[in-house]
Amino acid sequence: MRIEDHPVLEFKRGKKISFTYNGEKVEGYEGETIAAALHAAGVQVLSYSDRHRPRGFYCAIGNCSSCFMEVNGESNVKVCIEPLQEGMDVKTQKGKGEIV
Amino acid sequence: MKNVELLVIGGGPAGLCAAISAAEAGVDVLLAERDEWLGGQLVKQTHMFFGSEKQHASVRGVDIGKLLVKKVEEYKNVEVMKNATVLGLYEDRVVTIQQDGNYVKVNPKSVIITTGASEKTLVFPNNDLPGVYGAGAVQTLMNVYGVKPGNKVLMVGAGNIGLIVSYQLMQAGVDVEAIVDASPNIGGYLVHASKIRRMGVPILTRHTVKEAIGKEALEAAVIWELDDKWQPIPGSEQKLDVDVMCISVGLTPLSELLWQIGCKMEFVGELGGFVPTRSDKLQTSLDGIFVAGDVAGVEEASSAMVEGSLAGLSASSYLGYKIDVVKELERDYLNQLNDLRSGPVGEKIRQGLAKALISEQAANPGQGS
Ligand SMILES: Cc1cc2nc3c(=O)[nH]c(=O)nc-3n(C[C@H](O)[C@H](O)[C@H](O)COP(=O)(O)OP(=O)(O)OC[C@H]3O[C@@H](n4cnc5c(N)ncnc54)[C@H](O)[C@@H]3O)c2cc1C
Ligand code: FES
Repeated sequence: MRIEDHPVLEFKRGKKISFTYNGEKVEGYEGETIAAALHAAGVQVLSYSDRHRPRGFYCAIGNCSSCFMEVNGESNVKVCIEPLQEGMDVKTQKGKGEIV
Repeated sequence: MKNVELLVIGGGPAGLCAAISAAEAGVDVLLAERDEWLGGQLVKQTHMFFGSEKQHASVRGVDIGKLLVKKVEEYKNVEVMKNATVLGLYEDRVVTIQQDGNYVKVNPKSVIITTGASEKTLVFPNNDLPGVYGAGAVQTLMNVYGVKPGNKVLMVGAGNIGLIVSYQLMQAGVDVEAIVDASPNIGGYLVHASKIRRMGVPILTRHTVKEAIGKEALEAAVIWELDDKWQPIPGSEQKLDVDVMCISVGLTPLSELLWQIGCKMEFVGELGGFVPTRSDKLQTSLDGIFVAGDVAGVEEASSAMVEGSLAGLSASSYLGYKIDVVKELERDYLNQLNDLRSGPVGEKIRQGLAKALISEQAANPGQGS
């Protein structure tokens, strides 16, 4: 799902980073958000609502709260603006998530 | 508590220009931006801008952003906080900011709010399925991160954003199956529309979405035609096999902070929703609280930049800075705004502003001519 040839833009991708998504190893690039890396890896469902409906991102700029996931054990992280970091543990969120 | 002269909230084109104009007058400025970078919506705009030369027409939006950021960084009296979300703006003018997990309190003498706008959504069954995305989100994904949203797209909305994003999707190698718009007319510029039609994409006016279909993510979309009274015509349904639906039905000002501090707000449909009432020099109903850009009324980057410069100037005067050429600058900015809003294209904005402006006369009835 990555754009390789573009008539106007050139994508200077950062170094490769690996992280886990529901326990599986996934690769992304430094400088991108968790949502961008997951989308590039073919993941569209980020959470399930209280009524078990699948949810993806909507605004991708941190305005709408549609993209909550569990990141390193913390619920309700807006992954559309959260920068990807080496070794992150990212999980599909179910319902409102646990608040510790 | 951190004391500052002027706090600018938001680092899009309006906020950057506001910071530059106030810094030029000698004001100490703190600029807080939620993202890790400055530039706001400009960072994803790879097309050349319309407007006049003063607002950098025919330069790509993303490059205008870089130009402004460089300028802001040259001023020693501008402190930039990135990754810094303004959480609260209280009546006693204390502002709370979260930066990298830390909570900071700021006490500014004056504030310019330039938080921009957010995309509206549309109501239809299953509009919450993954694959149904805001057009701006798709633009961010493609143009900032170089990731395709999917393979086949239905664009909903034929305004400028819908048209430009459709074109950019094709540049990125994604198929656009159709563009639908409920209105009988194409809202965006016809040059853009003809370019897209020439590339083989049908633009269906008087059409809207009936429903989205899919289990875990979007698998298809059903569209149907509308009659003269905007009612759907049964039997006119068409099913499109698309994995992405892009919603581009307009933006609405991101005005939470304005509500919180208690600015007088007015619902003005032409400007995208609730907007603050303001003077022509962009002060809200509250002394020393100014607005500029999309949060004051959804418009364009060109006008956002000019409004930013004007608000920066107004805040400087409010703070007591004497600028020799203030009158000339003010007149110049106001003229630029008038030019940008002239002609048939600016009619909606002019009507909207007429409802949001508090003129000197209205504020002081009985005075003036
Ligand atoms: C697809 C598309 C194409 C466009 N094409 C054109 C064009 O060709 N010509 C043109 O003139 N205009 C164009 N525009 C419009 C233009 O991008 C906007 O009008 C302009 O960016 C508005 O500027 P702004 O500074 O008001 O808001 P924004 O650019 O939205 O900036 C607001 C900033 O505030 C930040 N922010 C928000 N809330 C907070 C908070 N609580 N704390 C801290 N920071 C916060 C945001 O992160 C953002 O960086 C286009 C827009 C789109 C979406
Ligand atoms: S998609 Fe809207 S907040 Fe993340």
